[in-house]
Amino acid sequence: MQEKFETNSILLLLGIIATVAIGGLVEIVPLFTIGETIEKVDGVRPYSPLELAGRNIYIREGCYLCHSQQIRPFRDEVERYGHYSLAAESMYDHPFQWGSKRTGPDLARVGGKYSNDWHVAHLTDPRSVVPESIMPPYAFLTQHDLNIPDIAEHLKTLKIVGVPYTQEDIDNAAADLAAQANPDADTTALLKRYPKAVTGDFDGDPKRLTEMDALVAYLQILGRMVDFTTYRPEYDTGNAGGGSQ
Amino acid sequence: MSEASVATAAAVSPYNERVIRQFTTATLFWGVVAFLVGVVIALQLAFPVFNLGLEWTTFGRLRPVHTSAAIFAFGGNALFATSLYVVQRTCRARLFGGDGLAEFLFWGYQLFIVLAASGYVLGITEGREYAEPEWYTDLWLTVVWVVYLLIFLGTLMKRKEPHIYVANWFYLAFIVTVAVLHIGNNISVPVSFLGTKSYSMFSGVQDAMLQWWYGHNAVGFFLTAGFLGIMYYFVPKQANRPVYSYRLSVVHFWSLIFLYIWAGPHHLHYTALPDWTQTLGMTFSVMLWMPSWGGMINGLMTLSGAWDKLRTDPVLRFLVTSVGFYGMSTFEGPVMSIRSVNSLSHYTDWTIGHVHSGALGWVAFVSFGAMYFLVPRLWHRERVYSIRMIEWHFWLATIGIVLYITPMWISGIMQGLMWRAYDDLGFLQFSFVETVAAMHPYYIVRAFAGILFLSGAIVMVYNLWRTARGDVRTETKLGAAVTATA
Repeated sequence: MQEKFETNSILLLLGIIATVAIGGLVEIVPLFTIGETIEKVDGVRPYSPLELAGRNIYIREGCYLCHSQQIRPFRDEVERYGHYSLAAESMYDHPFQWGSKRTGPDLARVGGKYSNDWHVAHLTDPRSVVPESIMPPYAFLTQHDLNIPDIAEHLKTLKIVGVPYTQEDIDNAAADLAAQANPDADTTALLKRYPKAVTGDFDGDPKRLTEMDALVAYLQILGRMVDFTTYRPEYDTGNAGGGSQ
Repeated sequence: MSEASVATAAAVSPYNERVIRQFTTATLFWGVVAFLVGVVIALQLAFPVFNLGLEWTTFGRLRPVHTSAAIFAFGGNALFATSLYVVQRTCRARLFGGDGLAEFLFWGYQLFIVLAASGYVLGITEGREYAEPEWYTDLWLTVVWVVYLLIFLGTLMKRKEPHIYVANWFYLAFIVTVAVLHIGNNISVPVSFLGTKSYSMFSGVQDAMLQWWYGHNAVGFFLTAGFLGIMYYFVPKQANRPVYSYRLSVVHFWSLIFLYIWAGPHHLHYTALPDWTQTLGMTFSVMLWMPSWGGMINGLMTLSGAWDKLRTDPVLRFLVTSVGFYGMSTFEGPVMSIRSVNSLSHYTDWTIGHVHSGALGWVAFVSFGAMYFLVPRLWHRERVYSIRMIEWHFWLATIGIVLYITPMWISGIMQGLMWRAYDDLGFLQFSFVETVAAMHPYYIVRAFAGILFLSGAIVMVYNLWRTARGDVRTETKLGAAVTATA
C-alpha cells in the first residue's frame, strides 16, 4: 500500500487530500445543517451603520488580540462579565470576534456598563482612568473624521453574506450613520430600524462625527441586544431543539 | 571567493541553487524582523509607552506583524528554502518549471509578505488571527501557492529516484493542506474592487469553527508537517546516520495528518460552539500526542551511535534540541486541550508560552540548524565562519526560550487562578486590572528573554554573512580541550 503512495506522486497527493478532508468535513458541515447550533433568541439585530463603522475600527485596531467577546459558562465569568455568550449573539458578526486572549477584560457585555465620557477618556488615555492599564492610547480616533461615503455598499455587501438588512436600511444608511451621533437629529426611524441603539453625541464634540463616535457606539451596544431578564435557555423551557437560524 | 566564483560553482551544480540562496537570505532577514517586532510588542506589554502614541505602532497593529513575520515570513521562507533544496537532491532533478518560475515564486512570496505587513500597520486586516491579510493579498498568495505546488509536484514527477523520500511526503502534505486551509478560511466578499475592505462569508459559530480549523492546522501543517520535512532530511544528514525507523515514519505520517485536522475546536472550549464539536476536538487532540511523539522518537533515535557528536557539533545540537522541544510542546498541547485544563489556561499567557516553546524551540531551532547546514553548501564554502559563534547563538537562544516560557507558565496559571478566586464572603477576590498589574514582572522577564533570543539570531546572521563572504575564523575546535585531557 505505502509502496504505491511513495512511488506515485499523484497518488500521494490524492491520498493526502482524502486523509485531511475527513476531519474538517465532519466538524464543519453539520454546523451549517443542524438547526439547534444557533438557539432562537429575540432581540439580536444587524448593526446600525454607526455601530458597524465602529466595529470595523475595532477590527482595524486589532482589539480582538487582547479582548475576547465570549463569556464562558463559569460562575466567576458570569459574575464578572454577565450572562454567558449565546451563539445567536454573534450570528451577524462577519467575521466573528470571539478572540483567544484576555490581556484586557472580556467585552462581550461591555455595553451600558460605562458612560460615553468614560469610554472616550479611557480610549484617549487609558492610564488616566485605570492607572494599572497597559492598553495603548487611541487619542487619534477623536482627531479622525468618520468618512465612509460608501456605507450603503457595506450594508449591501453584508446582505450578500446573509445579514438581513432591508432595502430601507440600505437606502437610509448614510443618513442613519450621521443621525445616530447627532444629538439634535430625529432618531425615531433609526431606533425603529435598530432598537436599543445608543444615540447622541459620544466623543464630546457634537459638531463633528469622528471615529471615536463610531467605536463608542459599537462598544455601547455590545451584549445588550438580548434581554436576559426574560431569556430562558431552551433546555429550561422544555422547548429543546426547536431553534433555527 | 567572489560572486563570480559562486556563479561558476553554481553553473556546475545540476540543481537550481540560486533560488535556495534567495530563500535562505530571506529567512535570515525576516527572522530578525520577526524577533525584533516580538521584542517591541513584549516591551509594550511591560511598558505601554513603547506604543509610541502613534496609530501605526500600537500593540494591536504590530502583533499581526510579529505573528505573520514569524510564521509566514521567517518560517515560510525557511520551508521554501529547505523544501526546494531537499526535493531537488532527493529526486535528483532540477526544479520543475525552469529558473524563471522559481524566480517568480521567490519575488511573489516576498511581495505577499510586504503586502500583508504594510496592510497591518495601516489597519488593513480581516481580523482573523493568523489569517489577517485582506482579500487582495489572499488572492495573490493563492496564485503564488499554486505555483509552489506546481514546482514541487512537478519536480517529484520528474524524479530519477524510484521512491519519494519521507521528507517530501511531509512537505507535500504541508503545501497541499495549507492551500485548502487558506482558501477555505478566506472566503469573503469585498465591498468594492477598488477598496481594501471585505466581509467574511460566514459569521459567528461557523466562522469561529472555520477560523480555528484553519488556525490550528496552520500549526499542524505549516509549523509541524513542513518542519518535520526539515527534520527528516537535515537531522540524518548532519548526524550522518540513516532515519531510525522507516515503518515508524509511515505510521506517524498518515496518523499525524489524519488526526491534526480535527484538533481545531480545542481553541473554542466552553464557547457557543456546540459541545459535540468541542468533544471531538479534545479527543483528537489527545490522540495526536501519539503520532507527534512517533515523529520525535524517529528524529531523536536517528542519533543512535552518534550521540557523542552533540558535544562537538552545535549545528546538530540545534537540530536535536528542536526535536526535544517538539516533543515537549506536543505533550503540553494535548494536556491544554483537555477541557478542564483549558478552562484555566484559555485566554491566559499559558497559551502564549506554549506557542513559543513550539515556535522558538522547535520551528526556529530546526530552521537555524538547517541554515547553518545550507549556507556553507550553497555558497560553496568549506565550513561556517565560526563554530564558536554557533555555540554562542545556541546558548543565547536556549536561555532566551527558558526565560520566555517559564514566566509565561507562571503568569498564565496565576492569572487564570486569580480570575476565579473568591474571598471569604463569596465575592470575586480580584478586579481584572489587579490581575494585569500582577503580570508586570513576568512581562519584563519575557521581554528580556526576547532580547536574548534576538541577540542570538543577530550573531547567526553575522556568522553566516561572513561564511557567505568566504571567511573562516581561526579558533580552537570545540571539544578539543576535552579530548586533550581524556
